[in-house]
Amino acid sequence: MKKSVRFYSGAELVAKAAIDAGCRFFGGYPITPSSEIAEYMSHELPKVGGTYIQMEDEIAAMGSIIGASLAGVKSLTATSGPGFSLKQENIGYAYMAEVPCVICNVMRGGPSTGLPTALAQADIMQAKWGTHGDHPVIALTPAYLEEVYELTIKAFNFSEIYRMPVMLLLDEVIAHLSTAIDLPDKEMLVIKNRRKPSVPPEKYFPYDTAYGDVPPMANFFEGYRYHVTGLSHDKTGFPTTDPELVQADQERQIRKVKSNINNIIDYEYYQMKDAEIIIFAYGSTARGARVAVDNARKLGIKVGMMRFRVIWPLPEAEILKHCSKAKAIIIPEMNMGQLSDVIERYAADRTKILRINHVGGVPIHPSYILNVIKEAI
Amino acid sequence: MAFEYEKYLRMDKIPHLWCPGCGIGVVLKAMLRSLENVGWEKNDIAFVSGIGCTSRAPGYIDCNTLHTTHGRALTFATGIKMAKPDKHVVVFSGDGDATAIGGNHFIHACRRNIDMTLVVVNNNTYGMTGGQHSPTTPIGYKTSTTVYGNIDPTFDICMLAKAAGASYVARATVNKGKVLEKYITKGLENKGFSVIVATANCHTQFGRKNKMGDPISSRKWIADREIPLEKAREMKADELNDVIITGEFITDEQERTRWENYNHPIHEYTDAYKKIIEKAQKK
Repeated sequence: MKKSVRFYSGAELVAKAAIDAGCRFFGGYPITPSSEIAEYMSHELPKVGGTYIQMEDEIAAMGSIIGASLAGVKSLTATSGPGFSLKQENIGYAYMAEVPCVICNVMRGGPSTGLPTALAQADIMQAKWGTHGDHPVIALTPAYLEEVYELTIKAFNFSEIYRMPVMLLLDEVIAHLSTAIDLPDKEMLVIKNRRKPSVPPEKYFPYDTAYGDVPPMANFFEGYRYHVTGLSHDKTGFPTTDPELVQADQERQIRKVKSNINNIIDYEYYQMKDAEIIIFAYGSTARGARVAVDNARKLGIKVGMMRFRVIWPLPEAEILKHCSKAKAIIIPEMNMGQLSDVIERYAADRTKILRINHVGGVPIHPSYILNVIKEAI
Repeated sequence: MAFEYEKYLRMDKIPHLWCPGCGIGVVLKAMLRSLENVGWEKNDIAFVSGIGCTSRAPGYIDCNTLHTTHGRALTFATGIKMAKPDKHVVVFSGDGDATAIGGNHFIHACRRNIDMTLVVVNNNTYGMTGGQHSPTTPIGYKTSTTVYGNIDPTFDICMLAKAAGASYVARATVNKGKVLEKYITKGLENKGFSVIVATANCHTQFGRKNKMGDPISSRKWIADREIPLEKAREMKADELNDVIITGEFITDEQERTRWENYNHPIHEYTDAYKKIIEKAQKK
């Protein structure tokens, strides 16, 4: 075994990847099943001169990471369903003020306190529409532990490139699994940092669209002395109620993701070449689905899987293509159909959608998915 | 020589949005004079605020300014301070912002004794939203949500800050701008969490509903109720009804000796965290 190979849990990999991506601030609050991420960060961040702070509540944790990021330090928080709900107010602030940061949500059953120690994929829609108002969204859903490391780094990169909060959605299984992993060399990592202004302070506007849809971002204390607000604002960062400016700003923010969708969408095909039945899956559910595909193939069933590593934005064009060709699409989810509802809109009546919605807190067994595959024939 | 407020103001944002005669202007002036007193570089200062009339103050100051969500200013400020401990972080908040929706953040910022200064402008009401009662509206007074008289007991923000662990706590009224300036300056100089409460008039909302709808009568109401802390200490509890106690409730020197705080470590939070970094790196 290579020297660099060792055991990691999903939670530990989030922490390790965050630090490798340059994260030097973690504002946290204990909540199952994400607490291990906070614990690892509290051990590891001071070693690299970074800050771990346990705030008084989830709202404060979210506020603190926005503050730290504005001061130029890449920041992470981690939580689970109820805490994710509490953070939504300040997540909205981070969208509005365009402050890069990463929010890791280790999903558990809900609503309310729900199933604190059990598995769910209950916050797919909360990740998209949790805060009030319209905004772009990027959410990543790793299914394997190697992927946790890779996608955590990607989450930081997206947040820095597009100047926005990014959601990293783990589920309880992914956070708590451990496996032996050989992590990539740090020198091989691609780390992105926010674009800094190239103009002197007197010519700087924090939301200047002259440089494209993602304005360059000055950090606090670097001489730029600008204003940041959660109110609708113009390019100077000061509040405006001018309908045209507000409209243009909202459209630009949505465009940050929409016009870069091909650089963000991320999915994996498995056994798709001749597939007539297609499974759409994400997160830990995709692991069981993959076994089901293998077992169905042994029975001669032409089934394949499209797995979303990035759940928002979805690869719309690819999905539309499959919806018009597939005999059936099966969507196993550990919620009541949060992705299925969206896919049904793409599919219209061109194919049938078979939903598997388990919310009892235990993984969807491959044999269950296999039975639905057989039904679909 | 007249004080050059222009040095610290974003003059293109003036006139401000506050009502004529509002007390917040006095507090802003006291703050700007205090900045001059401590001699900090504008680039090194972040002003943070929440939501409400007071929270609009940072927008007028030519520093790094952050207008956040309602009640949450201290959480953003804590992130900034921990990210850049050698920079200065100052927070503006109103009574509703700091002690109702932001009450939890308020006591915990005090508890950490993190090196920041919080100025709470207490005008006894939610001015911006139409004059509803706040945690500091005195008993019996009328607001748009207590037309029969307020029955909610009031917070004494200074007592709260003191009990929670802040290392400099003082209150002055907007009738005495120079005293306010002195306290804010001491707050900025204090290495730890400082809370300065500025009792201010909101004649437009709180005043109007209590027969003092102009700045003069609202400020007279404040003046009539002001009792210096030294005098208040000698008065009986039942004499301290509907009063505004002013003075320095706690200074850093007191912090180090007072018995009330027996379980509080006498450290400032960013310093304590620096020691954590040293420990972690030695291992």
